[in-house]
Amino acid sequence: MALIRLALVAVLLGLLALPQGAAAQQPERVLNLYTGRHYDTDQRLYDLYSAFTGVKIYVIQGDADQLIQRMVSEGRNSPADVLITVDAGRLWRAEQLGLCQPVVSDYLASRIPDHLRHPDGYWYGFTKRARVIVYAKDRVSPSELSTYEDLADPKWRGRLLVRSSSNVYNLSLTGSLIAAHGEPFVEEWARGIARNLARTPQGGDTDQLLAVAAGQGDVAISNTYYVARLLASSNPEDRAVAEKLGVFFPNQNDRGTHVNISGGCVASNAPHRAEAIEFLEFLASDGAQAIFALGNHEYPVVAGQALSPIIEQWGPFREDTISAAVFGANNPRALLLMNRAGWR
Amino acid sequence: MVLHSLTLPADPLWIELSAIVLPTYLANTVLLVVGVGLSALVLGVTTAWLVTMCHLPGRRVLDWLLVLPLAFPTYLLAYASTDLFEYAGPVQSTLRRWFGAAAPGIEFRSLPGAIAVLTIALYPYVYLFARAGFLRGSATLLQVSRALGCGPWRSFFTVALPLARPAIVAGLALVLMETLAEFGAVQYFAVDTFTTGIYLTWFALGSPAGAMQLAAFLLAGVGGLLALERVARGGGRVADAGGGPLPRYPLGRLATAGALTICLLPVVLGFILPLGVFGRLAVEAGDARLGVDYLPLLRNSVVLGATAAGLIVLAAIALGYAMRIAKSRFVAALVRFSALGYAVPGSVLSVGVLAVIGAFDRGANALGLAAGLVAGGSIGALLYAYGVRFLAIALNAVESGLATVRPEFDAAARTLGIGPLRQMARIHLPLLRASLLTGALLVFVDVLKELPATLIVRPFNFDTLAVRAYQLASDERLSEAATPALTIVAAGLVPVIMTSLALGGRRR
Repeated sequence: MALIRLALVAVLLGLLALPQGAAAQQPERVLNLYTGRHYDTDQRLYDLYSAFTGVKIYVIQGDADQLIQRMVSEGRNSPADVLITVDAGRLWRAEQLGLCQPVVSDYLASRIPDHLRHPDGYWYGFTKRARVIVYAKDRVSPSELSTYEDLADPKWRGRLLVRSSSNVYNLSLTGSLIAAHGEPFVEEWARGIARNLARTPQGGDTDQLLAVAAGQGDVAISNTYYVARLLASSNPEDRAVAEKLGVFFPNQNDRGTHVNISGGCVASNAPHRAEAIEFLEFLASDGAQAIFALGNHEYPVVAGQALSPIIEQWGPFREDTISAAVFGANNPRALLLMNRAGWR
Repeated sequence: MVLHSLTLPADPLWIELSAIVLPTYLANTVLLVVGVGLSALVLGVTTAWLVTMCHLPGRRVLDWLLVLPLAFPTYLLAYASTDLFEYAGPVQSTLRRWFGAAAPGIEFRSLPGAIAVLTIALYPYVYLFARAGFLRGSATLLQVSRALGCGPWRSFFTVALPLARPAIVAGLALVLMETLAEFGAVQYFAVDTFTTGIYLTWFALGSPAGAMQLAAFLLAGVGGLLALERVARGGGRVADAGGGPLPRYPLGRLATAGALTICLLPVVLGFILPLGVFGRLAVEAGDARLGVDYLPLLRNSVVLGATAAGLIVLAAIALGYAMRIAKSRFVAALVRFSALGYAVPGSVLSVGVLAVIGAFDRGANALGLAAGLVAGGSIGALLYAYGVRFLAIALNAVESGLATVRPEFDAAARTLGIGPLRQMARIHLPLLRASLLTGALLVFVDVLKELPATLIVRPFNFDTLAVRAYQLASDERLSEAATPALTIVAAGLVPVIMTSLALGGRRR
């Protein structure tokens, strides 16, 4: 019986000791944020916003797909005001599921280029991430590199490294290729990519970079900020890895390098709609754009903003201006196609 | 929710995807489950037998050392081991430096690698249950078998193993279910299983119905396996015949060395090496937020774990009793069905839980009982999710314990006019002490490590250690994730050692 008593005491103490999470009932101005971004530097954004506006931010950080499911389950009771994701495909899905509401804002429209936001204002991009080719400086000359399409060429047989096809960054890259060339061509391309792989796709972008440095392959596909992060690392081993790597922006002579967005939308049932719009506008302000750029080495969406010194040294590049709404919508077709082609 | 999905029309995209990938996924799943199941069974039973039945130097320390790999979340063990053993890692890099091109290029992120890591991560379930089984196993019967001239091997196979079978199977079932539900670690090893299929269907393809249909299929498979074992076990019951202290087998010098190697190997691979990896990472580039920020994380983790462990064990006692008293197959089937949540991938399950909670809130609103979110985003919702997910652990512990309590005790108590409740308090609970403690410990440690449900069901501004580790790891900042990982291990260690001492003390 002592055991049961112990268990009961544990339960009671537990219920008393935990903070209760009823954020929506506070009297002060609040904003409830569901975010798929997982960067510590984002905390600085929240602090800055709170300092300016006096609005207190409540955050749930998690996987965007599951946050979307949570919003679906919560329905019109959902406390979420703003949903932030790290790629366009998820924003497209949230909009399709009726989780976002259109926002008309002259400020947002003037700050964010057309192709980086939804045509009807259902969502807006706040940072760009360029998906580039990273090569081993000692084994590959940049002159050998040209386009994403070229990575399917047999000359890269056994030399290419890329993560799994189910990753959102690859889904959106392939979605942009589908928009450019149509499915049959892209499926043939994906087959070529699968044949050229140095190993079964595994790990994240950083793992591909480490493998290039270790010599398991010669070229990799990665987002730029992972390279920047290695270069900026306090760990000398990381910097040694990054020193072996070169960054190449593909497709400079045609449509440009694929850029994905990290963006957000105002939830369709947002209890604090005014604060939510204000928050999105804040994210497009100079201060917030600088935190994105310097904190996580992402590219700001607003033209003429400061870059992190590391990505600045790679210089300007031509970016693919196909709308994020288009390659986002191509995500499911891209997944099927890559699996058919044998890209894990 | 999962059952309801079967009635929904199938999504054409999903059908196309299934046709492409499911054959491979199914084959991988079978290989993985069989591989992990067999190796965890052998490793868990062997170590439990050596530690409980043989004279080994350092036996008391080994006794709890062997549980330690449980303290690491599986996906962190996967990180640590790949960090060491993959192509770019120190082991293979060193080999390449020594032997140049002649060095074997081992693809550590593969099915065999996944089986190895999952075995190391999960064998403690078998070990714990088997040890409890051997300890409860009748000393008298073993003495008789010895008097009849049975050697240690024969006693083991003909007496001890059959006696401990319900316990061992209970542990093995947990291993199998956890292997089926495992996603993070398996994904890390670039192995696609049935769970990957569920994820792809749901999240990449955006087809919850298809994912639920796959999950229902998975549940049917698990249910079938468990039922099969019950049929194979037959109606035979094993009951504790009591007896004095167990006579331990003395071992020769060579045998001692061998036994020690067998027992230390999983401890080194599953605890000491990853501790070294994370320790080095944490010192070199730990989480900058370590300090005061960690106190709320630690508090949240520990309090959630203890609360969930208490609640779930109480629920398991109630359910275990319902089965024993009702003696109805229907009740038993119902109870076991409720425990299948353990075999469902965590994030699929937690999304199901969210749907239930959402429906509950809408129902409460419609009835005018409350406005807005009541259960959604509360600690209660989180505890409910843990209950659905981890009931199997506590239930298996209670059931395997109850199986060895002789029905004659119940009959005798009834004759003496003692009601079921007092029977439980006076007779069963003291006999079940080891099983209950084991169950509570496992739930506690599992909640501490639990990620998908915590991540998605939790309230605003509520982080735990596991969430912190995930945030850093998912941002590909492994070295910083080492700090919360080590804190989880430290928090998990205390109850592991305490339980082990409490249990071991009985038969010293």
